[in-house]
Amino acid sequence: MSLLAVRGLRVAYGGIQAVRGIDLDIAQGELVCLIGPNGAGKSSTLRGLMGLVGHEGQVHFDGACLTGRATHEIATRGIALVPEGRGIFGRLTVAENLAMGAYSRRDHAAIRVDMAHVHALFPRLEERRDQLAGTLSGGEQQMLAIARALMGRPRLLLLDEPSMGLAPLMVRRIYETVTTVAREGVTILLVEQNAHLALRISQRAYVMESGSISLSGNSPELAMDTRIRAAYLGE
Amino acid sequence: MDILAQQLVNGLVLGSIYALVALGYTMVYGILELINFAHGEVTMIGAMVALTVIGALLGVFPQLPGLVVVLGGVLVAIPACMLLGFGIEKVAYRPLRHAPRLAPLITAIGMSIVLQNAAMLVWGRQYVSFPPLLPQGRYVILGAQITDLQIFIVLLSFTIMGGLWLLVERSRLGRAMRATAQSREVAQLMGVNVDRIVSLTFIVGSGLAAVAGVMVSAYYGLAHYYMGFMLGLKAFSAAVLGGIGNIVGAMLGGLLLGIIEALGAGYIGDLTGGFLGSHYQDVFAFFVLITVLVFRPSGLLGERVANRA
Repeated sequence: MSLLAVRGLRVAYGGIQAVRGIDLDIAQGELVCLIGPNGAGKSSTLRGLMGLVGHEGQVHFDGACLTGRATHEIATRGIALVPEGRGIFGRLTVAENLAMGAYSRRDHAAIRVDMAHVHALFPRLEERRDQLAGTLSGGEQQMLAIARALMGRPRLLLLDEPSMGLAPLMVRRIYETVTTVAREGVTILLVEQNAHLALRISQRAYVMESGSISLSGNSPELAMDTRIRAAYLGE
Repeated sequence: MDILAQQLVNGLVLGSIYALVALGYTMVYGILELINFAHGEVTMIGAMVALTVIGALLGVFPQLPGLVVVLGGVLVAIPACMLLGFGIEKVAYRPLRHAPRLAPLITAIGMSIVLQNAAMLVWGRQYVSFPPLLPQGRYVILGAQITDLQIFIVLLSFTIMGGLWLLVERSRLGRAMRATAQSREVAQLMGVNVDRIVSLTFIVGSGLAAVAGVMVSAYYGLAHYYMGFMLGLKAFSAAVLGGIGNIVGAMLGGLLLGIIEALGAGYIGDLTGGFLGSHYQDVFAFFVLITVLVFRPSGLLGERVANRA
């Protein structure tokens, strides 16, 4: 029984088909990546799952049908998207951004526990808690975006290109954290252009090209696949 | 010296009313980037509803203390305007949420005309006078004459503004409002029901407008179906002066505009050698609006657009 089951998801902007009927299955506790070239429809897939764009097809999460639901309801049901470009609230403080992550929760004691937890994961955020989030560096903003998503105690975390625009050292730190979070039991769907990184940390992978899934399988095997090596790993 | 002190007092009173109305413009703009031109009319409806209730209370219970009668009027006007603001957004703006920006601007003006005409049909074309129910004390301080009503308006307005600041800056709802103002999309990803936040913004702004409407009609002693038009334009100018979308800016802009207007009205006769009189008072708001738009379109406290996350 998968936590997330997607059947025939289609996303179109005007007349242009960005996602052409894809199937995805993610089991509880998995770290799955969705890789593919720029413009393959990876971000549109995530936006469709969250109801941010009009879409067709079936999305089942934890047994419930999410198709046609409003974005805020989907978020409240336990799916958190860390959007491409991070989407932090620049004119709110770091602490206020984190509080927004826990917006739909009322369990104040548990929220404090989670706040301490994300501060332990990202000590930099605690140092800067009263600073406006817009003044953080790109890497710090990415940390904040992930920490904010974790504040909602998501059962499924969707990460859209967390490495984008970051220095290699920062990318490594972000990925270490993603691995840590996955090990703590959070189910993750990771979208990446950087196939090398994504295949290294994930258990399974989907390869997306021109709006369709062209390949899928276990990440270590895909990493050895000659087609993948030629197309995405530059070999 | 006497004129200066007196006009500063008058300006502060007017300004604190403008500030309450300007907050309604700026809060809506902050979230929807829409100028709700019907907001001035909400102020007018607030005054009219309050005066109707006051008249009815006086008819039924002539013995009631004046302050209680006025309070009764205000307490009915506030929810009435909240309901009106909620309805305006649902009818005139929500269906156009994803339309080009010109469309809701046109419905805003249409809504304003509809409300004016509806008020004219209900309350007539005559001025409705505000009965002398409030304390009439007068004091002379530093050469300026100050009335009980003026003190009351300024104190109440500052209290409300303080409360609003706390709501926006310190409460969960306020945080969600600020987050929604920055990015509706990301706010939804946090589980925020954006439609609800938009409705609440209209409701809060309209409540403030109701109070301001009663203040204006009490201050000038009358109300009229057309009174919301000029008040609305001035409050809009105040919001632009402070930096549209910025809450503290609307408070500051309102106060400044009131003071500029009062000083202008006090001195325009001297400055033009008697050619222009104090009835040219209304000119100053628009002079300020044009000056701000030309030299500092982002207003006094407005952020540069590039700062948006």
